[in-house]
Formats: sequence, structure tokens, C-alpha cells
Amino acid sequence: MTGQHMDMGSASMASYLVPWLLVAVLLGAYVFAVLQQQRAGKQWSRWRTASFILGCSLLVIAMAPGLAQYAHHDLRGHMVQHLLVGMLAPLGLVLAAPVTLALRTLPVSAARSITALLKSRPVHWLGHPVPALLLNIGGMYLLYLTPLYTLTLTNPFLHHLVHAHFLLAGCLFVWAIAGPDFNPNRAGKYTRLAVLFVSMAAHAYLSKFMYAYVWPRNTPHDVAQIQEAAQLMYYGGDFAELLLVIAFFASWYQRRNPHAFKLQPV
Amino acid sequence: MDLTEQHQVDTSRSRWVGVLLGVGVMAAVDEIIFHQLLAWHHFYDQSTPAIGLLTDGLLHAAELVAIVAGFFMLSDLHYRRALAANWAWAGFFLGLGGFQLFDGIVDHKVLRLHQVRYGVEDILPYDIAWNLAGVILLAIGAWLTWRARSAQHHTAN
Repeated sequence: MTGQHMDMGSASMASYLVPWLLVAVLLGAYVFAVLQQQRAGKQWSRWRTASFILGCSLLVIAMAPGLAQYAHHDLRGHMVQHLLVGMLAPLGLVLAAPVTLALRTLPVSAARSITALLKSRPVHWLGHPVPALLLNIGGMYLLYLTPLYTLTLTNPFLHHLVHAHFLLAGCLFVWAIAGPDFNPNRAGKYTRLAVLFVSMAAHAYLSKFMYAYVWPRNTPHDVAQIQEAAQLMYYGGDFAELLLVIAFFASWYQRRNPHAFKLQPV
Repeated sequence: MDLTEQHQVDTSRSRWVGVLLGVGVMAAVDEIIFHQLLAWHHFYDQSTPAIGLLTDGLLHAAELVAIVAGFFMLSDLHYRRALAANWAWAGFFLGLGGFQLFDGIVDHKVLRLHQVRYGVEDILPYDIAWNLAGVILLAIGAWLTWRARSAQHHTAN
């Protein structure tokens, strides 16, 4: 077991640097676009910029060597990473409206191809909350209730794939429920609210199920550790989902009373 | 927009928003105080079957959504100057008491999903206190409704 961890340790520098570099490029592009907007005399909400910076910071924290190593042999660490990568960071990134910013900043031809991509069949289909829910919560049920979790402990490729899936599915879900960016297949507010409700209940159910029946099975973790991880998942997931409910109703309020408060000062 | 319509007080919506908030707040009080702080019935209740976990998850999700929805709907009414505060308060107490009494009678006694407390010799005083609290809150709600209704008749006449 220690030998395995030593291997992970020596291979680690590259596996930390690559994701960090990706986040740095993402953040750089966003900030550059905001500066361009300002230079052109157009306004861009500071809240959105702050939201994007926060989302990127959470990703960097989640991938920091200390936490990543902790997460590799401790389910509690894994759960903190999961909450940061799959639930909290996506909120920051998606509520920052990066696509709207890109459409405003990029030349018309590039903006057109982004809109074409958003209207393409797969994206159109994924923009609905139900597939987003299945990918998001379904992925979680698969990871913790099948041997998949145990496999990720020894297979670094699978490990990174699972994290990438969490991040993308998390972003997709936030976008489908309450994302400010253009969504050609956004469902009605009651459908979105119902899906959000199902997601919260399913998340709470899974974490309690893991606590009560000690899942994931056949791991090197002891019962106490798994139960603490399940509690982290329960309370942490709650907090993230509460923020998403607030984002959902804030956008409802803003659409009803466009002059009441402004996320985007004119 | 028509100015007279803009300032129309919406008593029915005010009351329903109050009920929504009352139900959400009482569910949260039950969960935070009795499930989490006192641990009288727990995060996972050993005596309930797996379906109990599911209903707990559903209740929890509903309570969070109700509180946030109620808060934004209240702000919306306030912003439109359509909020009838006395009707909202009446609804709030009806929601508090209604949830408490429903939980005390249907969940605890009829469906037997969970009890107020385990490991005590006599559960009757707990049940009485629980349901009496619900009745008192409902009575306050009824009294506030009566007051709101008579105030409305006064202004109408």
C-alpha cells in the first residue's frame, strides 16, 4: 500500500501542474476579456468576475498537493475534493456567465460558432435539467455504490477521469438549473425546480445510505472514516444545493422585477 | 403599468407565502434542534427502514426550497407593494402550527415514521407537549387571521 502511494507521489508533480495550468489559462482568459470590456467602455458585473475567481480558487485548492494526497488515502479528503470540484467550483464558474462574456468579447465569427455549438443537437439535449441530473447524481451513485471507487484508488487515469466528470457534470447541472448564460433548451421554472428538488433529495438519500450501510464497500477505509465522509457529503452537499436554490430564486426575482436590483450595473 | 394595479395589496398571496415560510421554518426547527442538536431522532434513525431515509431526504429538500422560495416571494410582494403583512403573519403561524401538528399526529402516531424521543419510559408527556405546541401556534394563526379579516372589513366600510 505504501509502495503504491510512493508511486503516486513521484508521478505527482505533472499531475498537479497540468490541471493548475488549465485553471490559470481559464482565469487569464476571463480576466483578459473583462479588461477588454472595460477598455471598450462596456460594463461587466464585478460580482461575476469575483464569482469566476472564486470558482477557480476552489479548483486550485481542490487540486493542491496536500489535499490531493490526503484524498488519495482518506475518504474524508476525497469527499472534500468532490464537494469542491463537483459542487462549489461549478457554482462560481457558471454563475460568472463566462459564455456571455465570450460572446461579447470575441469577434463576430467566433461568437457565431459558439452560438452554433450551443444550438447543436447534443448541447441542446444536454441543456435540459433531466439529462444533467442523471449525469450528475447518476455519476455519484455509480461511483460510490459500484466497485468504481475502489478502481479509482489504483488507476490514476480513472481517478482523473472521475474528477473531470464531476466538474463537467456539476457545471452542466448549474447551467441547466440557474445558469445566466444562453441555454436553448432551458426548461420551465417548475420543471427546473422539481429537478433541483429531486437532486437534493437524491443527494441526501445517497449520503445517508452510505452512512447507514457503509458504502463504498471493499475499500481500505474503516467504518468510522466512511461515516464521517458520508456526513461531510450530507452537510457539504446541502450547503452547495442551498446556494443553487438561492441562485434559482434570485434569477426568478430578477426576471420579475428587472429594476429591483442589478447584478449588472448599467 | 397601471399605478392602481401596481399598489394592489394581495392578501391571498401574502397569506400563502406566510404558510410556506411557516412550514419551512418549523421543518427546519424540527430538523436542526431535534435531529441534529438534541439528537432525539438522529441523522440516521436505526429504527426506521430504508424508506425512512428517503422520506427524510425529501422532507429536508422540501424544507430548504420552501424557506428560500418563501423569502424571495416575500421580497417580491414587498417590492411590488402588494404585501399584506398581517395576512402574511397569520399564514406564518398557521404554517408553523400546521406542520407541528401534522408531524405530531400523522408522522409520529399514524404512520409511526419516528417518535419524538427514544429510550424514555413514558412518551406521552413528549407527545402532549409536541402537539400542544402545534395547537397553540395554530390558535395564534387563527386569531391573527380573524384580526386581519376584521381590519379588512373596517377599511372596506
